[in-house]
Amino acid sequence: MNMQATKRKYDAGVKDYRSTYWEPEYSVKETDILAVFKVIPQDGVPREEAAAAVAAESSTGTWTTVWTDLLTDLDHYKGRAYRIEDVPGQDDAFYAFIAYPADLFEEGSVVNVFTSIVGNVFGFKAVRSLRLEDVRFPIWFVKTCFGPPHGIQVERDKMDKYGRPLLGCTIKPKLGLSAKNYGRAVYEVLRGGLDFSKDDENVNSQPFMRWRDRFLFCQEAIEKAQAETGERKGHYLNVTSGTVEEMFKRAEFAKELGSPIIMSDYLTMGWAAHNSLSKWCRDNGMLLHVHRAMHAVMDRNPNHGINFRVLAKLLRLLGGDHLHSGTVVGKLEGDRNATLGWINLMRDKFIPEDRSMGVFFDQDWGAMPGVFPVASGGIHVWHMPALVSIFGNDSVLQFGGGTLGHPWGNAAGAAANRVALEACVQARNEGRELEKEGKEILTAAAKHSPELKAAMETWKEIKFEFDTVDKLDVQHR
Amino acid sequence: MSTIQDYPSRLSDPASRKMETFSYLPEMTKDQIRAQVQWIVDNGWNPAIEHTEPENAMDYYWYMWKLPMFGETDVDAILAEIEECRTANPKHHIRLLGYDNFTQSQGANMVVHRGKMV
Repeated sequence: MNMQATKRKYDAGVKDYRSTYWEPEYSVKETDILAVFKVIPQDGVPREEAAAAVAAESSTGTWTTVWTDLLTDLDHYKGRAYRIEDVPGQDDAFYAFIAYPADLFEEGSVVNVFTSIVGNVFGFKAVRSLRLEDVRFPIWFVKTCFGPPHGIQVERDKMDKYGRPLLGCTIKPKLGLSAKNYGRAVYEVLRGGLDFSKDDENVNSQPFMRWRDRFLFCQEAIEKAQAETGERKGHYLNVTSGTVEEMFKRAEFAKELGSPIIMSDYLTMGWAAHNSLSKWCRDNGMLLHVHRAMHAVMDRNPNHGINFRVLAKLLRLLGGDHLHSGTVVGKLEGDRNATLGWINLMRDKFIPEDRSMGVFFDQDWGAMPGVFPVASGGIHVWHMPALVSIFGNDSVLQFGGGTLGHPWGNAAGAAANRVALEACVQARNEGRELEKEGKEILTAAAKHSPELKAAMETWKEIKFEFDTVDKLDVQHR
Repeated sequence: MSTIQDYPSRLSDPASRKMETFSYLPEMTKDQIRAQVQWIVDNGWNPAIEHTEPENAMDYYWYMWKLPMFGETDVDAILAEIEECRTANPKHHIRLLGYDNFTQSQGANMVVHRGKMV
């Protein structure tokens, strides 16, 4: 029998975390889940100790030695801080890279992974603030997760739309319309040329518009617009509700009506509920649009919380066919390179480490389908050239006010956006540079479209030029 | 501000029917079609031609014109196939596809000849 030389004795008391959890010579395993945190330690706490503390508190450790530690093989289970790096442009912070062994986690459970790695540790006293910047999911974990119910390629086939971004619109005012008036707004945008319209995140089943009435009126709007235009249409029926039973009841009714797509608020509804809904969607041939309401609570502060790229990756694991990703050019937050980083993480099969995009690890998704990034919020026809250039074909561009605010109404607003989109795609395919020649491209297209011309006059070349709060960590911050 | 205009789409008017990508733009000229064929070739996609009677335009499956032109990079040869399909099916809608075998999808799909809408 091989008696191990390293037999340990129980030694009660508080030990430095780094004696157990800091292993700079550790070589990362392909099966490890890797995480990088931005750490600002309390004054006087050395970096190695703070990093080791984060590794310990997010895996096996607790504040003191316990005798039961010796009943298991801690070296097999413990998380390890294996690297520390400076954060460019921020002297008080550093990046701590931590490797977690595969056996710490339940297969296929995003909930379990995050309860560990962003659980108790975020309230931990030794760190002043902590931000989870990126996570590398090993292929074994990706393969045990469910993933998007359909993915980009299948959605294109089902909706029969190729070679261009999809177009959508959130119905406004977001609250207060009756179901019938709401359905009218849906019908108008769909007949005008949009592919999708959308419930807003907080449209559930309020007294002014109960869900069942909304679903029925929206379905007639879809069917009539399809017959009129000869194109396939959908409306994201938000099935988010207070209980899982109610959520499934609404999803079943949407299916019974023949709706092609439903939607979920994956953060407020909870990841377990969302994962169940996602599986239901694959079983029932239903596309799933995902809204990220509440994300900014977690991802906006550059020093504390969870970067959106992590929330985007975990949504791909949980499953969703669309996910809001920021617009870069609209009214909501979004640094261009950071946004490009996470839209690549949503769509591509393999994303290499690229710090200029905020991607800290190679990520291999295996055969897991991609998620359509959705650009939504504060955008209008003048943004179209930049949006097509930034997002490319595999995206959903959603103009709410930019459709409904058209002086001639929703159908004209929708047609204006559709003409602008197609003109930009055509010009791009011809080899023209959209972000340079956008104005000429749109102006030429407007000659054939009075709707586009009116839209261009209404919004002129508005830009939103507030500086973003959450920027990539670079020297010139 | 100009006066409000009606949006002239009608169930009863076949001219209201659209056919996806580029159908909200004027019908493409020969030069414009050539540029799109070039785009398909430049992306390494496999060009293909499909056609249908206008009354069946909403079906997923249109008639394939021969087989997809695997590996064809000669823009003139592709344009000639479009013409041949059109001569054989003068009343049909004709669309040009670019099969992307890496994404298992179509990188491009556009109607290059519009039959009379019904």
